[in-house]
Amino acid sequence: MLNTETLKVSIWRGQADGQFVSYDVPRLDSQTVLDVVTYVQRTIDPGLSYRFSCRVGMCGSCAMTVNGVARWTCRTHVSKVAVNGALELAPLSNLPVVKDLATDMSTFFDKWAGAKGQFRGERTRHQNFANVSPSSPARKAADAGIECIGCAVCYASCDTVTWRPDYLGPAALNRAWTLVNDERDVAGRERLQAVAGDAGCHACHTHTSCSERCPKGIAPTLGISGLKRITARAAIRGELD
Amino acid sequence: MSAATQAKLWYAQRISAMVLALCVVVHIVTILYAVRGGLTGAEILGRTRGNFTFAAFYALFVLSAAIHAPIGLARIAEEWLQWRGRSLNVLLSLFAAALVFAGLSAVWGLYGG
Repeated sequence: MLNTETLKVSIWRGQADGQFVSYDVPRLDSQTVLDVVTYVQRTIDPGLSYRFSCRVGMCGSCAMTVNGVARWTCRTHVSKVAVNGALELAPLSNLPVVKDLATDMSTFFDKWAGAKGQFRGERTRHQNFANVSPSSPARKAADAGIECIGCAVCYASCDTVTWRPDYLGPAALNRAWTLVNDERDVAGRERLQAVAGDAGCHACHTHTSCSERCPKGIAPTLGISGLKRITARAAIRGELD
Repeated sequence: MSAATQAKLWYAQRISAMVLALCVVVHIVTILYAVRGGLTGAEILGRTRGNFTFAAFYALFVLSAAIHAPIGLARIAEEWLQWRGRSLNVLLSLFAAALVFAGLSAVWGLYGG
């Protein structure tokens, strides 16, 4: 379909001290924000840096700040976010900018490790599978948070991360919450020690930006509340010392 | 400060918030009731002097506030001023003690004074 409409796109170029540069991009039907960035890189400026992989909302690579809001760009239609035919694209907040729209996500993933986000079981391959009831409350709680794709939209949207850069953040705590509710995991106490306190779950102010903006519909706030309760009780019982 | 202590402080602030919520409701309802007959110092003292229930209630109110407020101020100092550590803890402990002293003095003024 011939379309003469043009989208005014303003894209962050450079590192922390960069600036927005404007581009005119043809408006197409069913166009996603990632399509727009790809068009700019392939036809206007090959030097534009950004990150993407699967293009279908599975890999969590392409998150950016779109008109001031962190979003996954491959599943965000231009029609839903453009304001008066204009888009402003910036790298995610709360992460250092490598170049243009690509951020350094090392801290984000280091915090997953800091929250003891690795599963630790005790069975070997020679033993039988664990029988976990899908309808048990703990498994339901774990399932509610398990679909995280690690896009860092929640992390970029979190005011507490901005104010306290050492705060583990919603994604890492959500991961910890899924493991706390995994009855096969045996690193419970160690994990509660890792997520307790002012740089952990107790720093959360329940602003719920993470739950509001998670593209997978996960509610990290809910998991963080659960962690707050059980870690505080464990601390009272002296289990965190 | 260890993570366990931080978690305990968070718990203390949450429990004190629950107590404060109850106390504020009782306090406001009492005021609304008291105002019906005019609000004079003599009338208030007439109601509170020697009344142990009033004194115990307001002492609980004061202690909850003295627990709740300093922990909240510590959060604000940490997040907005990047101020944490021993100097902050000492200052806020003194603030908590000042709240207890001022509050319990007022309670004593209504009960015994």
